[in-house]
Amino acid sequence: MGGRPWALVAPAVVGLVFLVLPFVGLLVRAPWRAMPQLLSGDTVWPALRLSLTTATAATAVSLVLGVPLAWLLARTEFPGRRLARTLVTLPLVMPPVVGGVALLLVLGRNGIVGRWLDDWFGVTLPFTTAGVVVAEAFVAMPFLVLSVEGALRGADTRYEEAALTLGASRFQVFRRVTLPLIAPGVGAGAVLAWARALGEFGATITFAGNFPGTTQTLPLAVYLSLQDSPDAAVALSLVLLAVSLAVLLALRGRWTTGAQA
Amino acid sequence: MTTPQHPVPAPDPHSPDPHSPDRAPGGTSGGASGRAADRPGGSEGTGREGVPASGSLPVEGSAPGVGGIGGVAGVGDAAALDARLVVDRGAFSLDLALGVASGEVVALLGPNGAGKTTALRALAGLAPLTGGHLRLDGTLLEDPAARVRVPAERRPVGVVFQDYLLFPHLSALDNVAFGLRAHGQSKTEARAHAHEWLDRVGLADLARSRPRALSGGQAQRVALARALAPRPRLLLLDEPMAALDARTRLEVRTTLRRHLAAFDAVAVLVTHDPLDAMVLADRLVVLEHGRAVQQGAPADIARHPRSDYIARLVGLNLFRGSARGHEVTLEGDLTLTVADATDGPAFAAFPPSAVTIHRSRPDTSARNQWPVTVNGMERHGDQVRLDLVGPLRLTADLTPAAVADLGLHEGSEVWAAVKASQTRGYPA
Repeated sequence: MGGRPWALVAPAVVGLVFLVLPFVGLLVRAPWRAMPQLLSGDTVWPALRLSLTTATAATAVSLVLGVPLAWLLARTEFPGRRLARTLVTLPLVMPPVVGGVALLLVLGRNGIVGRWLDDWFGVTLPFTTAGVVVAEAFVAMPFLVLSVEGALRGADTRYEEAALTLGASRFQVFRRVTLPLIAPGVGAGAVLAWARALGEFGATITFAGNFPGTTQTLPLAVYLSLQDSPDAAVALSLVLLAVSLAVLLALRGRWTTGAQA
Repeated sequence: MTTPQHPVPAPDPHSPDPHSPDRAPGGTSGGASGRAADRPGGSEGTGREGVPASGSLPVEGSAPGVGGIGGVAGVGDAAALDARLVVDRGAFSLDLALGVASGEVVALLGPNGAGKTTALRALAGLAPLTGGHLRLDGTLLEDPAARVRVPAERRPVGVVFQDYLLFPHLSALDNVAFGLRAHGQSKTEARAHAHEWLDRVGLADLARSRPRALSGGQAQRVALARALAPRPRLLLLDEPMAALDARTRLEVRTTLRRHLAAFDAVAVLVTHDPLDAMVLADRLVVLEHGRAVQQGAPADIARHPRSDYIARLVGLNLFRGSARGHEVTLEGDLTLTVADATDGPAFAAFPPSAVTIHRSRPDTSARNQWPVTVNGMERHGDQVRLDLVGPLRLTADLTPAAVADLGLHEGSEVWAAVKASQTRGYPA
């Protein structure tokens, strides 16, 4: 309403342009004519399928482990809770490549935990599709945890008290009252985590390598084709852009209406 | 019909044979004291409908523990609820002894910050006691000294919260079924019982509605059904009508009164509205700064308030009778003309300040006038409260000057009059 100070509007417009212009460039310089040929190669579809399945699996892992973790951080009091909260956010600020190296040291075949996994269960994670999921979940889960923790802190705990007075156990309260109440927050967190996992590059290439068909996700394919065929890289980037945009728009619409319903 | 079983709380170390909270009220040893035991049997067996000869609501001297400040008045082994609630939080401390018989409804009345809600939360197990004890139907639920504390979810307690707190993601039916399912009923079984409860509060056709689609009064009734469905032995109501508009209040008060009258266990109600307290409760406990400053039958407190504050708070002449339009007929064929037209069972109420006193029969249009005798006079602040005995027992507030002008003293025979416009009628 009324006056919009230029001191705010000018940088805002610059910021908007800065964020949007690269995509415009992508669209303008895209080799539209060669597109069918570029996308018909046998790199695109396996990489796309792998990206979608691993991002979804990583989101599932994040939900199963991250929602209880968020509950622990938001609703309980234990020594070292603040420290735990800081450590949870560490993957957010750490370069993903460092995360990949750390994962190798822990879960690699000679890693602290990986050795046992190999000896006892014959499970090897590095350079497998499961390794891609692990790397993606490692970088994506903090987004979900923070989002769900925020939702839990904002939720009205009196509903939980009401459920307790009706005789529900603490776990029943969580499952039947808390979780439905924070569903929009969980949904938003899951979308963030999924998007982060879909774009994951550094931790994946470090921990899982770059094997077409098993660990080469779309971002890895984009990076590698940039070396020898820049046009193919642009085409692949457009696919990635279209997919993330489509999924985010679809889910966002659903969750915003869900929050109001 | 299967009744959901409340789990038996942790055993009481002091009692070798703890009663299950599900035990029928008559099953506790010694029988209930006070009104609950005096109540007639039969269909009117819920007792609170009983109208005394004078027509005034509370039976004189019938409530246990009249006037026992802070003491566990009227509490013997028979009190279904026997508690001393001590909650010390530094700046605020609550210390309230409370003994309530089965079938009795007690209202905690007091200003904001007096500790009413704290007391309620302590009873529900939502806030820990720092001292004292809490025993329900003979079972120890909490005793900090003995390190006994039954958590909220294992207490046979039902709560109607101030803003109802209906689960927004569940239908009215599933809200009511929630407690039944938590007590181990299957989904179909719980829903069938929940349907019966919704029917009982007259909302069967709104079973599938989400709480957001319900009016305040409807939400209140769903909350009541939800709290009552698991058959609690202690029902707690936190300002049950604070969130309602004046019109809905009447309707809800009537529903609530009916259900409280039919409720055979202990009910504790928190309110700051003296009318709600007087209509719904058998006994009032006035709380100030975390302490009970007066307790007793509503009419007794109105007649003999212990402080100016209580005099202002609990000043109401309340009568029960049968209404036809603007006329409410009380027992003894007395008729009160009231401002609001209703039909059927009704309350008529007017504040003590609405009563005028005359030395001879007033020659006014006031239709409500009776010869009375001054039974007692107490000065409260700038008012004198009169206790008047006649065809009706009345309380009246007069200025000291008016008392002097009229030459009033105990035993004076005068006329009391109330304008119909100042007499409210409520469906009962």
